[in-house]
Amino acid sequence: MIEHLPVLLVVLPIVGGTLPLVASFYTDRIGWYVATAAMLCHTVLAGLLGWTVWTDGVVSYAVGGFAAPYGIELVVDGLSVALVALVSVVSLGVLAYARSAGPRSNAFYSQFLLLATGLTGMSITGDVFNLYVFLEITGLAAYGLVASGREANAAVAALKYLIVGTIGASLYLLGVGYALAATGTLNMADLADKLAAVGYDSTLVLTAFGLMVGGLTVKVALFPLHTWQPDAYANAPDTVSAYISALVSTVSAYALARLLFSVFTVQFLDAVPVAQWALLGLACVSIVAGSALAVSQSSVQRMLAYSSVSQFGLVVAGFTIATPIAVVGATVHLVGHAVMKGGLFAASGIIERRTGATTVGGYAGMAARTPLAAGSFAVLALAMVGVPPAVGFVGKWYIVVGAVEANAWPVVAVLLASTLLTLAYFARLVERLYFAEPTIREETAVADGGDSPVSTGMITVVVAAAVLAVALTAAVPAIEQLLETLPPLLNQ
Amino acid sequence: MNELLQLDLLASRYNYYAVVLLLGIGLYTVVESPNLVKKVIGMNVFQTGIFLFFITLAYRTGGNPPVVTEGGGPYVSPLPHVLILTAIVVGVSLTAVALALIVRIYSEYGTLDEETLEQLYYD
Repeated sequence: MIEHLPVLLVVLPIVGGTLPLVASFYTDRIGWYVATAAMLCHTVLAGLLGWTVWTDGVVSYAVGGFAAPYGIELVVDGLSVALVALVSVVSLGVLAYARSAGPRSNAFYSQFLLLATGLTGMSITGDVFNLYVFLEITGLAAYGLVASGREANAAVAALKYLIVGTIGASLYLLGVGYALAATGTLNMADLADKLAAVGYDSTLVLTAFGLMVGGLTVKVALFPLHTWQPDAYANAPDTVSAYISALVSTVSAYALARLLFSVFTVQFLDAVPVAQWALLGLACVSIVAGSALAVSQSSVQRMLAYSSVSQFGLVVAGFTIATPIAVVGATVHLVGHAVMKGGLFAASGIIERRTGATTVGGYAGMAARTPLAAGSFAVLALAMVGVPPAVGFVGKWYIVVGAVEANAWPVVAVLLASTLLTLAYFARLVERLYFAEPTIREETAVADGGDSPVSTGMITVVVAAAVLAVALTAAVPAIEQLLETLPPLLNQ
Repeated sequence: MNELLQLDLLASRYNYYAVVLLLGIGLYTVVESPNLVKKVIGMNVFQTGIFLFFITLAYRTGGNPPVVTEGGGPYVSPLPHVLILTAIVVGVSLTAVALALIVRIYSEYGTLDEETLEQLYYD
């Protein structure tokens, strides 16, 4: 039983995901219970797996008993176990939020569990084609969830997401084809050896790198490939935007890091500086452009979405610098951003239900009407800017120190400027919340918020996210230790 | 002599021309066509280009189908075939979801034209 832990993590939610659909023949209100039970078990399994990795090091599992490199291998090291734990915890939080925020249909919870399956699979797979399959499972579930919004523009946003996302995943698949042509293998560890044997300057290897990384940057939503993301986040139901903004891009960024460290390895980055600089350049453009677009938004949810474009620029920059300290920073920021952004979307959902405010102007003076949600929103926003002791500060600090170590001075300048830009869009929102005269009258707010009440559970989730955004700082040494299981990084 | 050999090489790789053509046509249709259904068709053509690329990879001159018989090898590689079977299934599911979304969009807005939709969408 215990040695089958990695595969159980994937099997559990996918089997759980079929149950609500079957149960629809008898009852329509069972989905939430099934999803919660499945994710509770998932959390326990993730905890056990985390403990095994902590004490015994990397765990690998041959699916179906076919040994690597011929069969599909699941590999769990420190970085993947951190992501699996994140998926478990965020899923439970979102389920607590969804209890009264809805949607309530069984089909919704089937897709929810399918998304959890895809995310877990992406985190633990050790095979590049298997990664493609899980990427598409994640994608399919995410498109369906975005479309579950009541208004028809959710379907338009989902279709846009689907077309752009599919092109991205297809480019990744094409890259896998080039890697297969160069080496004849799909196993990540095996690819790392054989790509080195083929030679890093080979056209096949370079094309494979370009296509695989390019495809994943579409899924991560780096500028200028982010166009699907703001519509998808803003038009989906609150529950879905909290879940997707917290996890989907996060796990894609993890997959990018996995490609860099376990498939192409840092020797490739060392041997082909152009690849490293191109990716760093893309990340920097994303940081600046994402922030600039966020500042110019009037809708709060669209502003949060553009903020993700910029924050993922930071994370990718950290992974691309690839010194040990920068990678710790990028991982901390990856995990921290998931908690903060999910929490911000959930808080904005509550503020909308309570007061009807959805725009930056509408947020004026709303802190008095919904103190807990607004307070959590402010804490999360300041954490995102990087005010110590919040986790946003630690992540950015480590990435900047890593960039200084690597002598990447232009990157250091962009990283520091990004903090100011983040402050530019979050500070005006916090200022409006607390120090401006309300622009929305009380009566209209009640009329808007009457049919969608806010439960204690929803408030608890948002407050917990705010507490976690600060408390995660204490977990940084643990993350640092977990990352020692990664393949060797650049030493500069 | 060397040039002739290269010409020969170029002429015998016609599968790859088809791959490039399919990828190009597919991507162009996705970007340029204002009709949502045609965009989905373009997406399918793009993926078909990738499928053809993988199947071409598996080919070797004079290879037998990868079924172990008395005659023996050389065999064509079965691995890309298996991968593409999986990728086709993924492609079909994506098309199904995309078409379901288009049905919903059409029943709501009464149009499949991207530009008309854009105007309605931002009202």
